[in-house]
Formats: sequence, structure tokens, C-alpha cells
Amino acid sequence: MTDLPRTPPRFSATFTPAINAEIRRAAASGIYDIRGGGTKRHLPHFDDLLFLGASISRYPLEGYREKCATDVWLGTRFAKKPIHLEIPVTIAGMSFGALSGPAKEALGRGASAAGTSTTTGDGGMTEEERGHSKTLVYQYLPSRYGMNPDDLRRCDAIEVVVGQGAKPGGGGMLLGQKISDRVANMRNLPKGIDQRSACRHPDWTGPDDLEIKIMELREITDWEKPIYVKVGGARPYYDTALAVKAGADVVVLDGMQGGTAATQDVFIEHVGMPILACIPQAVKALQDLGMHRKVQLIVSGGIRTGADVAKAMALGADAVAIGTAALIALGDNDPKWEEEYQKLGTTADAYDDWHEGRDPAGITTQDPELFKRFDPVLGGRRLKNYLKVMTLEAQTIARACGKNHLHNLEPEDLCSLTIEAAAMAGVPLAGTNWIPGRNGGF
Amino acid sequence: MQTFDLGKEGLRALNSSLHALKGQTNMTSWEVVNPKGAHAIAAGVDAPVDITVRGSTGYYCAGMNKQATIRIKGSAGPGVAENMMSGTVIIDGNASQYAGATGRGGLLVIKGNASSRCGVSMKGIDIVVHGSIGHMSAFMAQSGNLVVLGDAGDALGDSLYEARLFVRGSVKSLGADCIEKEMRPEHYAILEDLLKRGEADHLAKPSEFKRYGSARKLYNFNIDNASSY
Repeated sequence: MTDLPRTPPRFSATFTPAINAEIRRAAASGIYDIRGGGTKRHLPHFDDLLFLGASISRYPLEGYREKCATDVWLGTRFAKKPIHLEIPVTIAGMSFGALSGPAKEALGRGASAAGTSTTTGDGGMTEEERGHSKTLVYQYLPSRYGMNPDDLRRCDAIEVVVGQGAKPGGGGMLLGQKISDRVANMRNLPKGIDQRSACRHPDWTGPDDLEIKIMELREITDWEKPIYVKVGGARPYYDTALAVKAGADVVVLDGMQGGTAATQDVFIEHVGMPILACIPQAVKALQDLGMHRKVQLIVSGGIRTGADVAKAMALGADAVAIGTAALIALGDNDPKWEEEYQKLGTTADAYDDWHEGRDPAGITTQDPELFKRFDPVLGGRRLKNYLKVMTLEAQTIARACGKNHLHNLEPEDLCSLTIEAAAMAGVPLAGTNWIPGRNGGF
Repeated sequence: MQTFDLGKEGLRALNSSLHALKGQTNMTSWEVVNPKGAHAIAAGVDAPVDITVRGSTGYYCAGMNKQATIRIKGSAGPGVAENMMSGTVIIDGNASQYAGATGRGGLLVIKGNASSRCGVSMKGIDIVVHGSIGHMSAFMAQSGNLVVLGDAGDALGDSLYEARLFVRGSVKSLGADCIEKEMRPEHYAILEDLLKRGEADHLAKPSEFKRYGSARKLYNFNIDNASSY
């Protein structure tokens, strides 16, 4: 009897150990899981696209010899003072409150050294970021924390935030443990209480109101500043078209891989679309309106490498934005803090409890003892290096495709590795001319 | 007195002229005629000047005002004095939705009624409404004072933070976490001052008001309050 083989334990594909652990955690705590970052599930992404490179039908450019330009103009539609960036990789909006002051300073240092912009967040503009950012985009958010006309006039562009990829349709959340005296003062709220940022703007609803709101912001700033409209990746064709109709100079489109300082895990993982599926729809909306390249498109959500930059631009984006990747470049989730991550019940590269304010790397915290660990000068240098590497990588690919500017990359330079990516990106499956849903269907 | 014909000269010219005013200007008195419901009239002014708009305005009149005293001799569209920083805005008629939204300072006086969401997310502004206010007023209001001589609609002060709400008439319903609170001497003093500055001291007495504020039960998340969120 004992020699009979036993059926080995078999885990359910539905009730996985991770799912079961979450059920137990919910049952014990009575609260949903809150965390930072973006979706962690596997999604069709830029990794599912490849560049074809030049061959007989098109010739490449010589690396290090023949120029491949990387600059981008943003806000050329209406603004008197459009922005000119040396590279098309920008830093996405992240709030002071979510991040420490030194971390905001480092983002400004790194971005400015690399020739690009940074963006404020849900908490107002700090001197650290204004002082160290050559080009600073000022977010106009539903909470209006810290909003004032002086900062509107000293920014370089205004970003009206309708939504973000991590939580399209959701508001912000900064839990009490991160509300220091300074954060509380900037937000005009008592110290230590949970700060809920509204999911809708307090004084406009819908695209017709948005048009008037944008006009008001232009009037207040004497039509000088480019005005961006940021949306989460939900209905990118219509959202892009409506943003253009409302008068946006730039549309910022954030896929569900985009991070957040804190929100419900269920929101991060189950609402929104991957950026790969969003870009072609937004580009089509711009093309249908005759506004592609006239209203610029910045895309974000899971941009990690120069290859991702090049692929996003080949699909029609004018620029990209990075958030999570920028924090990692600064030192977030670095294995050198592994011992402390273990004490927090996590591990390097998986730490996402940014809302708790106990970040061992001293970046997503308001604890002065923790953020002393972070050197903004060194952090800025690391970010500059990373941005330069991304740009070089994107140039390398563009030259191989025979392009003398990153903006000249095109969908025809790409093929897809999977049917899903082919359908979402509108790029043929490798070795075929098949785009599911087009060319007569299946 | 500088008289500006908005119908002839246009909004951009008006706001450009007003933005050019500095602290020591001699052009301290302005009159805007033919507003015809235009949006963003006198938005973004930052000078201690008096501006009278003769007629009704569209959205966001006096938006983000600093220092100026702006009188609207008519009614105001949505978002009047939104995010006001300082100064005074006085409306002879009624105000549409979101009057004084997110205002951080200064005084907004509405001599008629205000529609829904009056004082939404207010952050330090004082608002005096001679008439009544609509539903969801003072939603997520953070600080400042809202004084209503008439009645308040549904869900007054929903998800309120530290703003003080004073209502003389009836309140149709209170929003989540908003409760009636005791009137103490300092509150009578605040009311007396605001009624005077709000040109309403001949209409009402501080003793006629009730005070509403936050119960502070939703300040930190608790699953047992889930039905309130």
C-alpha cells in the first residue's frame, strides 16, 4: 500500500496561494489592500513588439556619425511660450507628500541636466522642484491642494489632470501617517488625517465645461503656458478627441501600468487599459481630427527602456513620461536596503507600501530621519544618467530603422510577437501582414 | 474711472489690462460694461483695485482673484471667485454652481441665492449668502466660514473638514460627518464681523444662526464607517 504513488498536492489556478492570502488578510483586517505603484499583472506590453530594422528596402544611419535628433516641442497649438525639450522622456507628476522634498529636488536636478521637464503633483508646487527644474509642469488637480495664481504664472506648462492610468475614475489618497506639518500646511488640512483627493474637479463637469476652464487658465496666465490634459487609459479615442475639442495643447495619456502613490490594489489591477492598447486609439483620434503632431501626445505607463520610448514614438506618440522608472533610478527598491525591506515584510523590487511612509530608501516618505538617507545630488545624477541611456537606446534603434529623428519612427518599423499585441497596437503579427480586427478579420 | 466695453474690446484686452496693474497704479477704479455673460471676466487680477461689472457674468468671473474688490451688478455663472486668494467679490444677484469653489481667502458675498456646491472644497475663503444655497454645498470644505441667511439644500457639508457653516434657516439634510455644533462666543464674533462685511448686518443677527461642522469621524479610515463613504 505504501508504495502506491500519491496524487501530489495541486494548487487551484483560481484560488491561488496569493489569492487565498489576500482573502485571509481581508478577513482579518476588514480593509482593502492599499498600495503604491502600478499594476503588477502580466499585460500585453512593448515587450511584445519588435523593430524590423533596415535592410535592402530601407537603409540605416551610421551610429555616432549620422545625426538622429531627439528634441520635441510641446504646446505649439495655442501657447505663446511652447516648451522645447532636448529629449522626449519627461518626468510624470508625483506629489510632494507622496515623495520627500529631497526626492523632488533630485527629479528636478536629473531632468534639467538631461534637458527635460518635471511635473508637480497633488500637493502643490515646492521650492525644491521649482528651484531645480528648468522646465516645470504644474498639475491642476481636483483637490486643488496648494493651487494659486502665482505658481500658475511661474510654471512652464499647466497639466489639467482628469485621471491617471493607475486609477481612471478614482481620486487620490494620502494616508495620515505621511501628513507632516509641512504637508498639512500646504494642503490646508489638519496634521495626521487621511487626505482624500476628489475624483472630479470641483468646478467643472464634462468637455464643454473643460473648454471654459482651459480658457480661464489661459486668461489667468495671459495665454503664455502650454496646457496639457491628462487622462487615464480608459476610452482613449474619445478622451483624446474631447481634450482636443476642449482646447488642449497636449494630451497626456497614462496606461494602467502607470503608478500611484497609494490606492486600492483592486483599483490598480482591475480598472483601465494597458498603454499598448491606448496609444493607437489616441493617435487615430488625433489623425481623424487632423491634429496629429499639432496637439502633442505624451504617453506613460510602464516605460522602462529606450526601446519602450522608441516603440511608443513609433506608434505615434510625441514624447513619453516616466514615474516608477524614475524612482527606481533614484534608488527606490534598491537591494542594498534588503535587510530593512525584510523587516517591513517585503523584499527589494517588490516594496510598494509607499503610503506607509517608511520607505527605507528615503524617497516615498516624510520622515526626516529616512529622507536624510537620500542624497538629492547623487539621485539627480543617477536620474540624468538613466535618461541619457534611454535616449541613446532609442536613438540606436531609430538609426537602425533609418530615421534621423525619433519622431520619424513609424508603425511600419514594427512587428508584433503575439496576436494580442498585434490587435492592440495595430501592428502586424511577425512574419505576416495580419492585424486582428483589420484586413478582413481573422 | 476706467470704463471698458467688453462687447467692443474683448475679454483678452480686458484681462490683459487688469493683469498689467501693479500695486501703485493710479487706475484703481474700473467699470466693465456689456459683459453679456462672458466667461473669465476679471480672472487672475492681482491688484488692490475696484472693478464693477455692469451686468451678468458667465463662468469663473473673478477666478483666483487677489486683492481686488469686484462687484457684479447682475448674476454670476458657475465658479464665480473660484480659488480666490484675497480681496472681495460681491454679487448683487444670484450665483450659479460652485460659487467660491476651493477659495483660499478673501470674502465672497452673494446677495441673492447660490446654487449647488456653493463653497465646495473651500480652503479659507469666507462666503456670505443673503439668500439660500443648493445641495451639496461645502462638500469637502476644508476651512473658512460659510454664512447663509436663508436655507440650505440637501447634504450640507458632506465630508466636511474644518470649515464652519452658519445657517439661519432650515437645512434640508446634513451630509456625511456633518453635525450641528454649539455656538460659542467666538462664533458669534465671527458672525457679527462677517454679517457686517457681507453687507447683511441689517438683515440678520448672529443669534439667529445655527452652526454646523465636522464630527471628525471620517478623518481616518475605519471599515465600520463604510456605509458613510
